[in-house]
Amino acid sequence: MGCGRVGAMLAWMLDREGHEVTIMDIDPNAFRFLPPDFKGIPIVGNGIDEDDLRRAGIETADAFVAATRGDNRNVMACQIAKHIYGVPKVVCRIFDPIREDLYRRLGLVTISPTVVSAKLLKEALEQ
Amino acid sequence: MYIIIVGGGKVGYYLARTLINEGHEVLVIEQDPRKCERIADELGTVVLRGDGCEASTLAEAGASRADMLIAVTGDDEDNLVACQVAKVRFKVPRTIARINNPKNERIFKRLGIDVTVSATNVILEHIEHEVPTHPLTRLLELRDLGLEIVEVRIPPTSPVVGKRLADVKLPSPSVLAAIISRGRGAVIPNADTVFQAHDEVLAVVSPDIEAEFRRVLTGS
Repeated sequence: MGCGRVGAMLAWMLDREGHEVTIMDIDPNAFRFLPPDFKGIPIVGNGIDEDDLRRAGIETADAFVAATRGDNRNVMACQIAKHIYGVPKVVCRIFDPIREDLYRRLGLVTISPTVVSAKLLKEALEQ
Repeated sequence: MYIIIVGGGKVGYYLARTLINEGHEVLVIEQDPRKCERIADELGTVVLRGDGCEASTLAEAGASRADMLIAVTGDDEDNLVACQVAKVRFKVPRTIARINNPKNERIFKRLGIDVTVSATNVILEHIEHEVPTHPLTRLLELRDLGLEIVEVRIPPTSPVVGKRLADVKLPSPSVLAAIISRGRGAVIPNADTVFQAHDEVLAVVSPDIEAEFRRVLTGS
């Protein structure tokens, strides 16, 4: 869910490894980030709308990743995937480190690009 | 009570004004400086500028001593997160979320929000009430009990018209609470009460038998 730079690159990487990938974005123009050789399925839809999620195949998905710009949108979509549809693997991108900490404690697998980039930048400075 | 309202749009503003008039301590959290200014001008120092989904803003708002948090922004995901942060991090006893997409009602309930209010559903229910093609209206859901209060209008073509309550086999569980009829006014029905055309029957039923209940009373 979310076809920005990160979502598109992740989708492409998974696609190259032979996974069946569906990528969803609310904006049809977002799919321009996908390379021409991407074999997965782009779907225009809202990741926090149950009907759209079902259309994208959430009921049979093995994994779900939310990588839109909106933390709350990602959190809500991941909770729907995990708690309503029982998707086995769910990963949620949350920029705000405090919110990330809270939802990690509530059982979501979370990645905060803010924390990760700050750490990497600091490491690069220290080398 | 100390009540925090997340979202200072029209709903948040009128809600705050009403709750203040009722004597509650109210704080509105709003991001847009212009909306903050308007609320401060009209209601006094009851507004905090910030993101109501952020723990630091809620801490500043004194969420840990709040009795209730009501999230009424125009975005369902923001209302969900504000309620969850309030509940989990600040142990706010009661959280209420406004829902814009009626499909989210079930999801919010599953994710632990105490009460949800869907303006779309409220309007739909009003339409149902006014349009006679819908002979059954859900008036109130008693969610924790798995029951609902419904109103059924008895059409002139119904098989129960002219019958005594004792002679009509209603599905279980259901209890008739009152019958409002044109001639008799409101009556508490007993076994000898006779159904008349255009009666409005108020009943407590289980959602599982709602369709069957309607079928028995309306014949369709």
